[in-house]
Amino acid sequence: MKHLPVKNPPAEPGAPGCSRRRFASIATAAAAGWLLTACGPRRLREMPKERLRQALDEMEREYAARGAAVKVAGTQAMPGVLFGYALDLSRCVGCRRCVYACVEENNLSRDPQVHWIRVLQMDKEKGVDFKDAEPYYQPAEVPEEGHFYVPVSCQQCRNAPCVKTCPTGATWMEPDGIVVIDYDWCIGCRCCMAACPYGARHFNWAQPTVPAGELNPATHFLGNRPRPKGVVEKCTFCIQRVREGRYPACVEVCPAGARKFGNLLDPDSEIRYIIETKRILVLKQELNTLPKFFYFYGT
Amino acid sequence: MRRLVLPALLVASLAALARDEGSERKPAPPGGGGAAAGTEEHLEVPPPPFSEGIFPCSGCHADLPVDRTRRPLTAMHDDIVLRHDEEHRWCLDCHDATDRDWLHLASGERVGFEESYRLCGQCHGEKLRDWRAGVHGRRTGEWNGRKRYLLCAHCHNPHTPRFKALEPKPAPLPPARPGVRR
Repeated sequence: MKHLPVKNPPAEPGAPGCSRRRFASIATAAAAGWLLTACGPRRLREMPKERLRQALDEMEREYAARGAAVKVAGTQAMPGVLFGYALDLSRCVGCRRCVYACVEENNLSRDPQVHWIRVLQMDKEKGVDFKDAEPYYQPAEVPEEGHFYVPVSCQQCRNAPCVKTCPTGATWMEPDGIVVIDYDWCIGCRCCMAACPYGARHFNWAQPTVPAGELNPATHFLGNRPRPKGVVEKCTFCIQRVREGRYPACVEVCPAGARKFGNLLDPDSEIRYIIETKRILVLKQELNTLPKFFYFYGT
Repeated sequence: MRRLVLPALLVASLAALARDEGSERKPAPPGGGGAAAGTEEHLEVPPPPFSEGIFPCSGCHADLPVDRTRRPLTAMHDDIVLRHDEEHRWCLDCHDATDRDWLHLASGERVGFEESYRLCGQCHGEKLRDWRAGVHGRRTGEWNGRKRYLLCAHCHNPHTPRFKALEPKPAPLPPARPGVRR
């Protein structure tokens, strides 16, 4: 039997499937590959602290080179804190002040337009009913007779379908309960958007644009730092503010005082007072997503 | 009527100015955030939302005789529309007749405008309770530290307390469709 001179002749029937040389080369390649991934880029989530600060400094330099002078904070979660949010359905007047405060605080793209909060107008006769909800209402004055308003943003689920579905592990829940996204690790597959039952995740179909003068320079690496095209983003409870002890921007702007925020683990917090004394509900409870965003009736 | 009111307002504000310079606000209702007598709570509230030039009320009222008869106001304050249980109540149910720079509770105890929530809380007790807990009304500041409160009167005009309708901010744009320009 004549063979062309090849390095690894096909094994004879009955002979071992792999030559020693071939095994050695594959093993070396695998080892090199493993070493390279271990030393190469890493998820921001698992980066050691010293390395993270370096990475954030690098990030700041990159942003500066592109004309966006921002500070990127790496503030970690406070121990003993689990953030919760409550929204008073009997007070919300549907004025959308929160939507635009969020846009400015979190450097959301103006064109194409991205809004992390969507205010749904609902019929009082039908109750909380997504099928007939109207997000595009535009009367001269709100609230309108016979209607109530349900602002919807990320519900910060404890059993988050988006986190479970992400194929790259680019989104996760932080120890303080905020579900965050690593914009450098997101591959833009949008599986999380399909998984989210609240429509709370938004995709950057084009390069996000923020007018230079309106850029909020106080950013957080898991929150409002400028995002590239092709990644998913969503509400982070204003991680850059709440980890400094401040209220989220939407809470402070609400003229009706309908938005409440605090630490679920602190028995004296506003949020615990609401949960313990008011009628509360979560959206789509039947899906067992266990939101940390509660709706309540304050009256 | 208007012709009369304008000069009256002017005189009132001038008088107010003169008083301010002269006697450092004699009645001195507890200064912003000052602890109330008898209560140890410390609530940080901004100054009450007076109409410009209207306070101190004693600027005009000090020299006026006290008329306790219930009547529609014509000489002054005729711009105030009372839509707040107006069938049963009148100015002097909340405003102190003897010193107009103060309000008074049903018990007769005087309270400053900075503490008007105690007055409102006489009827709206459950709102006061929720407001103290930080659940009724708007909060700014820190979720785990210094919280800034607003007085009832910052959001509700005490004379017509129903929350005012607002113009909504623009609706979101509908999603883009391929080949369709917005």
